[in-house]
Amino acid sequence: MKEPNLEGYVGFANLPNQVYRKSVKRGFEFTLMVVGESGLGKSTLINSLFLTDLYSKDYPGPSQRIKKTVQVEQSKVLIKEGGVQLTLTIVDTPGFGDAVDNSNCWQPVINYIDSKFEDFLNAESRVNRRQMPDNRVHCCLYFIAPSGHGLKPLDIEFMKRLHDKVNVIPLIAKADTLTPEECQLFKKQIMKEIQEHKIKIYEFPDTEDDEDSKLIRKIKEKMPLAVVGSNVVIEVNGRKVRGRQYPWGVAEVENGEHCDFTVLRNMLIRTHMQDLKDVTNNVHYENYRSKKLAAVTCNGIDTTKNKGQLTKSPLAQMEEERREHVMKMKKMETEMEQVFEMKVKEKKQKLKDSEAELERRHEQMKKNLEAQYKELEEKRRQFQEEKANWEAQQRILEQQKLDASKTMEKNKKKGKIF
Amino acid sequence: MSEIVPPEVRPKPAVPAKPSHVAPPSSVPFVPSPQGTGGEGQGSGRGSALFGYIGIDTIIEQMRKKTMKTGFDFNIMVVGQSGLGKSTLVNTLFKSQVSRRSTSWSRDEKIPKTVEIKSVSHVIEEGGVKMKLTVIDTPGFGDQINNENCWEPISKYINEQYEKFLKEEVNIARKKRIPDTRVHCCLYFISPTGHSLRQLDIEFMKHLSRVVNIIPVIAKSDTLTLDEKTEFKQKVRKELEACGIECYPQKEFDEDMEDKSDNDKIREAMPFAVVGSDKEYQANAKRILGRKTPWGVVEVENPNHCEFSLLRDFMIRSHLQDLKEVTHNIHYETYRAKRLNDNGGLHPISSSGQDTQESNL
Repeated sequence: MKEPNLEGYVGFANLPNQVYRKSVKRGFEFTLMVVGESGLGKSTLINSLFLTDLYSKDYPGPSQRIKKTVQVEQSKVLIKEGGVQLTLTIVDTPGFGDAVDNSNCWQPVINYIDSKFEDFLNAESRVNRRQMPDNRVHCCLYFIAPSGHGLKPLDIEFMKRLHDKVNVIPLIAKADTLTPEECQLFKKQIMKEIQEHKIKIYEFPDTEDDEDSKLIRKIKEKMPLAVVGSNVVIEVNGRKVRGRQYPWGVAEVENGEHCDFTVLRNMLIRTHMQDLKDVTNNVHYENYRSKKLAAVTCNGIDTTKNKGQLTKSPLAQMEEERREHVMKMKKMETEMEQVFEMKVKEKKQKLKDSEAELERRHEQMKKNLEAQYKELEEKRRQFQEEKANWEAQQRILEQQKLDASKTMEKNKKKGKIF
Repeated sequence: MSEIVPPEVRPKPAVPAKPSHVAPPSSVPFVPSPQGTGGEGQGSGRGSALFGYIGIDTIIEQMRKKTMKTGFDFNIMVVGQSGLGKSTLVNTLFKSQVSRRSTSWSRDEKIPKTVEIKSVSHVIEEGGVKMKLTVIDTPGFGDQINNENCWEPISKYINEQYEKFLKEEVNIARKKRIPDTRVHCCLYFISPTGHSLRQLDIEFMKHLSRVVNIIPVIAKSDTLTLDEKTEFKQKVRKELEACGIECYPQKEFDEDMEDKSDNDKIREAMPFAVVGSDKEYQANAKRILGRKTPWGVVEVENPNHCEFSLLRDFMIRSHLQDLKEVTHNIHYETYRAKRLNDNGGLHPISSSGQDTQESNL
């Protein structure tokens, strides 16, 4: 492509500003899901992240919830900052991992995510697409209990099932339980296990910018992030900080040496929110979409209910699609032929019928004609008869006349005598 | 199934005696003995007046000497999810590396698929008194996705120990000192969620509080601030009460007012919120056990920081013997009565299940 030099100021450098203004007017949406056992500080962390009490003090805590099945609850809140509106949806999963038997406790979560994808797919396929709200889950924060040893079987199962549906960001909850050394070891252990089980957690995209990439590398080293949440303000050395007060000191939430909360907040809100949305849209949603549409065209029935993994490679899939397409064509052909035959038969039948009809009418007409002819003949005969009669009568009359004249003549001859 | 009625609390056997932490009684004013200890052991109230010093109270000394020679056993079981600091706490309690992890420690030990029972024994000595301490660990408890009946292996183990003891007891030629492998105390570790007990905790304690002495502790309590701690403890106590779970010290076994008041105080403070550590740090010019965090050092033995010292005093310094007694007199007797009553259900002992000595063929 040619890259000509501009000789003056054209002004399309203003384009980002226009986009910016439009987006600000439209407002943004972000859906965040938090998953973890009760008592890991999920609600507190959300409150700390967004500096509001999304979960107020009288939000029923886990002790008051009936822990029969895993629920999926969402709460929407609209927050404004600097003229920018954000519709934040927090999806909570109370009851996760709390029962004695936790098999399939991830199923409600998977169902929820898929239903949001499906809503979006349907909205996209509509004719009128103007209002298309994006309710898909953009990010899933998974809370790991700070045991200090490694991942639990439940953690591994959950992340394995959700890593290709949503961006999973694992967090170490209540990190003020761990000393820095324990924390390091724990993080290493977790990352090792994540790699072992081939779990794909959210990866920060590499940028070309040197500074950014340094930052990103630092963040990557700290994964999974060890967080502490609190909205209580405590005074430490004359400063007011958010933290947790212990008899032996204050664990500050926003202190980088105490925990990774600031890293999480910056990453989640300040730098990578848009990227999370993009990855959700381009990767997770596309995966869902292709699976769903492939299922529908293959069988004509919605097979997305049973979520098997796509075990065929794309080539095999294409081959199969082609074969199916050919089969479909053949079927359509035979069908069409059948239809054609049927139509031909019909037409023939119709023609026959009309022919018969015509014949009939012809016959009838003929009959009519003959009848008329006969009538006419009759009439003519009559007429002839009458004519003959009349002629005969005329002749007779003439004869009589002649006879009469003859006699008269005779008489005249004779008679002239009288 | 026959009704199981736990037998009456038998009078305490003469050996071993109750540790002498009681205040000197004032009921017998004119015993001119050097100190007023042991007055209780002979029965309260006005005894007959003694006209001189006999020396009955030296029986305590004699008992002490005997105990020191023979030493005694103590078996403690730790139950809880992995990563709650069980091994560290046991090490801290006995100030030595006695836990399973110390003998075969590897950080990346995989979580076992089923609950296993692993026991490690050590002999520790203090002041001439030898104690054979056995720590029974239960790795794999509560770690699976499906934790149904994960308490069954534990329950089975405990009953097996009772069975072993019963078999030894019922021999004609009994050993002089039957090795006691029964579980005297079970420390149950509660995860410090700050909200309430988990379903698994309640199920476990329901099933096992009648079989063994359970002492619930709140693990890793340096997660909780003081307010959260008190709130959590209250909630746990309420829940235990609501479910009818009796932890040690059980209310029904309090013998007199003194016991009751002591134990009440302890019950108010339970479950103990503990922190364990086997590392030492420098603080205030002293070397103390603790955990060093960027915002301070958590001192394990500081009662303002955590209740570890309370737990240790309670378990070891005042109620160690009581734990053994309750196990022997109550839990074991319950098991024994049940066993001898329904002979048909379990493996029968060789002959009729009466209280007679049988030969062990």
